Amino acid sequence: MNRTSQTAKTVYLTTYWVWIALFVIAPLFLVLYYSFFDIEGNLSLENYRNFFTSTYLTMTLSSFWYAFLITFFSLLIGYPTAYLLTKTKHKQLWLLLIILPSWINLLLKAYAFLGIFGTYGITNQFLEAIGIGTQQILFTDFSFVFVSVYIFIPFMILPVYNAIEKLPPSLVDASRDLGASNWTTFRRVIFPLTLDGVKSGIQIVFIPALSLFMITRLIAGNRVITLGTAIEQQFLVTQNWGMGSTIAVFLILAMVLVMVITRDWGAKGAVRR
Amino acid sequence: MKRKKIKLANLYLMAVFFILYAPILYLVVYSFNSGGTMSGFEGFTLEWYASLFTDTRLLVIVLNTIVIALLSATISTILGVIGALAIYTAKQKYTKTSLLSLNNVLIVSPDVIIGASFLILFTMLGIQLGFYSVLLAHIAFSVPIVVILVLPKLQEMSPTLIDASRDLGASTWDVLTKVILPYITPGIFAGFFTALTYSLDDFAVTFFVTGNGFATLAVEVYSRARQGISLEINALSTLLFLFTLLLVIGYYVLARRGAKEVRR
Repeated sequence: MNRTSQTAKTVYLTTYWVWIALFVIAPLFLVLYYSFFDIEGNLSLENYRNFFTSTYLTMTLSSFWYAFLITFFSLLIGYPTAYLLTKTKHKQLWLLLIILPSWINLLLKAYAFLGIFGTYGITNQFLEAIGIGTQQILFTDFSFVFVSVYIFIPFMILPVYNAIEKLPPSLVDASRDLGASNWTTFRRVIFPLTLDGVKSGIQIVFIPALSLFMITRLIAGNRVITLGTAIEQQFLVTQNWGMGSTIAVFLILAMVLVMVITRDWGAKGAVRR
Repeated sequence: MKRKKIKLANLYLMAVFFILYAPILYLVVYSFNSGGTMSGFEGFTLEWYASLFTDTRLLVIVLNTIVIALLSATISTILGVIGALAIYTAKQKYTKTSLLSLNNVLIVSPDVIIGASFLILFTMLGIQLGFYSVLLAHIAFSVPIVVILVLPKLQEMSPTLIDASRDLGASTWDVLTKVILPYITPGIFAGFFTALTYSLDDFAVTFFVTGNGFATLAVEVYSRARQGISLEINALSTLLFLFTLLLVIGYYVLARRGAKEVRR
């Protein structure tokens, strides 16, 4: 009897290891492997040399800058929203309504902005009406950041909301009783104790923001090139898989870096406490 | 003063809700516009819906999308349960944690990385890009989610349940089908449903591994949207929105019922 349950365990483990080897380890290894081949298929470090030229470094920096902006604005708008949501009646329902748009395919949402921000779209009609006049909104940095923030906001609100919900209200009361102002209570009690939620929010937003490519194409009109756009371009347009893989390697490194940084914060905070 | 503060808070929340829903409503409203553009509403029409339902190419794509979603959700649920069982039954802590972290790699990886690396993988394995490559990719990114959703249910389960059933003479198969699986059913449902919505929703990964002849809805919407505005996409979005709404409501009703049963 014991032997059969042992067999079952072996079956589970073997099946799952084979799966992981084939669909997690192998693909990542192949990306690394391909990054050492140039476009003619020769083994070389040329891709890495290329990556460290100004074109790619500027692109990487701007990709980071946009991801930073997107994360920053998502947090700026998302944090108060999450906070106020915890204060509402029927908060579960309101939270569900915040999450609902995130179930809708992001392409459709991006597509909506083609109409809203378009030359004859509703925003420009409004600007016209109040006397500012028609502006070029679509295909600008503004529209790119706006639409990205729009798409990511539910993902920022959710972890922050959970963190605030977990906060014992007695701590806030205690701080008020001790004479702290609202701002001090927020800065010294609420925010530090909800940092974990903020951290996971940053993780969930920053990494995808580095790798967006469909929004850059639809909304930013190829003006904004993120790491994701560059990878897509190299793989599917230029067909230079080697260079694409090299950029992918750096995107993976960036991803690991973000995870380590956001994790370290928590550790430091814990030590200080 | 207090009332004023509450009002400001409500105003803020209302603004956020407005911004979140305005684009979706905008799409829906213009799907009925006879003018043919997303600016200036001229009159009510259903012609975009009519042309949607006569567009056989699109209907085939909708069918593809649904078949891929159902198949990939089913297969990834089975694999995910096996994976969760593997992590749960693994004896060494090292095996447990390494399996779990490898499982999480695909969850945190950006879509572009998953797409690009699978494109290389499928090409190396000689799998033709199309239905099967898309199906495999969807299974691959859904499995870790199922594992993550099923594992807590397994850990919640008291091990004495398994011991008791063994003592009563249950075979391994009986233990699995009569004790473990019924116990983790809510997790399995959540996993299946999430896998389904992930598959329906995915664009980036599919875009990489889809090849020329095969498309899912998201890929089709992307290529049409790149050519500009067509109110057929609005009509399609409206239907998808309603469908998503139904799925979410259905899921919540199921989850509620599940929670009630557990409480009982």
